[in-house]
Amino acid sequence: MDRVADEALIVLEKVNKWFGPLHVLQDVNLSVARGEVVVVIGPSGSGKSTLCRAINRLEPIDSGTITFDGQPLPAEGRALARLRSEVGMVFQSFNLFAHKTILQNVMLGPVKVRKEKPAAVRDRAMGLLERVGIASQADKYPAQLSGGQQQRVAIARALAMQPKALLFDEPTSALDPEMVGEVLDVMTSLAAEGMTMVVVTHEMGFARHAANRVVFMADGQLVEEAAPAEFFANPKTERARDFLSKILTH
Amino acid sequence: MTEFLRVLTDNWSLFADGFSNTVQLFLYSAVGSLVLGTLLGAFRVSPIPALRWFGATYVNIVRNTPLTLVFAFLVFAVPKLDVNIDYFPSACIALTVYTAAFVCEVVRSGVNTVAPGQAEAARAIGMTFDQVLGQVILPQAVRAMVPPLMSVMIAMLKNTTIAAGFSVLEAGAIPAYMSERGEPQFIVLIWITIGFLILITPLVLLQRSLERKWAVSR
Ligand SMILES: Nc1ncnc2c1ncn2[C@@H]1O[C@H](COP(=O)(O)OP(=O)(O)OP(=O)(O)O)[C@@H](O)[C@H]1O
Ligand SMILES: [Mg+2]
Repeated sequence: MDRVADEALIVLEKVNKWFGPLHVLQDVNLSVARGEVVVVIGPSGSGKSTLCRAINRLEPIDSGTITFDGQPLPAEGRALARLRSEVGMVFQSFNLFAHKTILQNVMLGPVKVRKEKPAAVRDRAMGLLERVGIASQADKYPAQLSGGQQQRVAIARALAMQPKALLFDEPTSALDPEMVGEVLDVMTSLAAEGMTMVVVTHEMGFARHAANRVVFMADGQLVEEAAPAEFFANPKTERARDFLSKILTH
Repeated sequence: MTEFLRVLTDNWSLFADGFSNTVQLFLYSAVGSLVLGTLLGAFRVSPIPALRWFGATYVNIVRNTPLTLVFAFLVFAVPKLDVNIDYFPSACIALTVYTAAFVCEVVRSGVNTVAPGQAEAARAIGMTFDQVLGQVILPQAVRAMVPPLMSVMIAMLKNTTIAAGFSVLEAGAIPAYMSERGEPQFIVLIWITIGFLILITPLVLLQRSLERKWAVSR
């Protein structure tokens, strides 16, 4: 873990969030260092997605503070948009813009949000598509690609903004099993290059090999956190043991 | 065959006037109903409950009222309120008010066809509200709206004939005039049908070409 700098990039302090009567995030404290890869696991409904979405304020919180790169998250408007442009997000259902080609999907953010010159962005976008192995499909539309390919494009789209951190919410859960590997490969190489990542996933292999830290959530609380080897070998809480026994036997 | 053509050539000015009025009625009402309907559609999907309620109420009332009644209201009832408008503008207003309810529903369902994840992804890369709407939501919603909008417009073109019953000389009023002149009704009706087919053709062609243009991306 020597590449993990001490400096925290994402800090959540006493974060609370309710959906009506449902207390989905309960006094959550979490600090993610620059270059660190944190995997979030936990049973369905435990608040993993909500946690992930709170970090770029797609989901506003009710109390507590979240700081990104030293700044508290802006409440709204242009400042919030700027923050979001620095935090990439990859969704379970890809969410590529259906009316744009693959290349346009990757270029849209830099051109419209950052107002960069299209010619320069195009080169960078093609480089990113090359990197995720989809350059030959640049002029197709999302619906013409497989799920695995679409998710790799979604990663390229997030990278095109040159983000300081990437959030992944179950990026492989909607994929056919044979396509999971190609997406995890891209994520693993990003992790190896020192990208700061928060990854909600059920892929225990990825958690073991690519994560610096595993965070276990249940009922809106961060129940346990540890280095992957330690977490999988001896989970401290009953809930984590129970959860692991269920998913590892599958 | 010569008789068939003669009916048209002998009464050319009547046919020309009738259809020219039909086209004008159609164009004014198309523009009016698209503008009003889009506004009402925006109400229907807005986050403000009062606007949503207004949009829904308008649609429910107007859609469930026969068009003839809407015409009758504008042509007979409104003048009783000392508001004097001519038959032609009245007919335009009646068609606009009526068709706007259908346009509104097309707009609403068009916006709803855009998956919520699209707006979310757009926000996540840092787009402002305007950009999310202009770059991502509307371009996709419009694609979903074009085919049903064309159907609404074609239905409206046919609905223009109801104006004949309210003293507007449009294509639907031609048979009455022609029977006074003793022309054979059957041939007259065939010519009117042909006239409407000619008017509808550009709409159908426009619809086809837009659908083909956007087919790949959906
Ligand atoms: N917009 C919403 N409105 C109301 N309740 C919500 C909303 N979004 C999520 N919830 C509820 O909040 C709780 C936490 O949801 P969340 O999606 O964060 O869980 P999760 O850990 O990601 O679950 P999963 O593994 O199924 O994705 C769930 O009980 C969910 O039903
Ligand atoms: Mg989730």
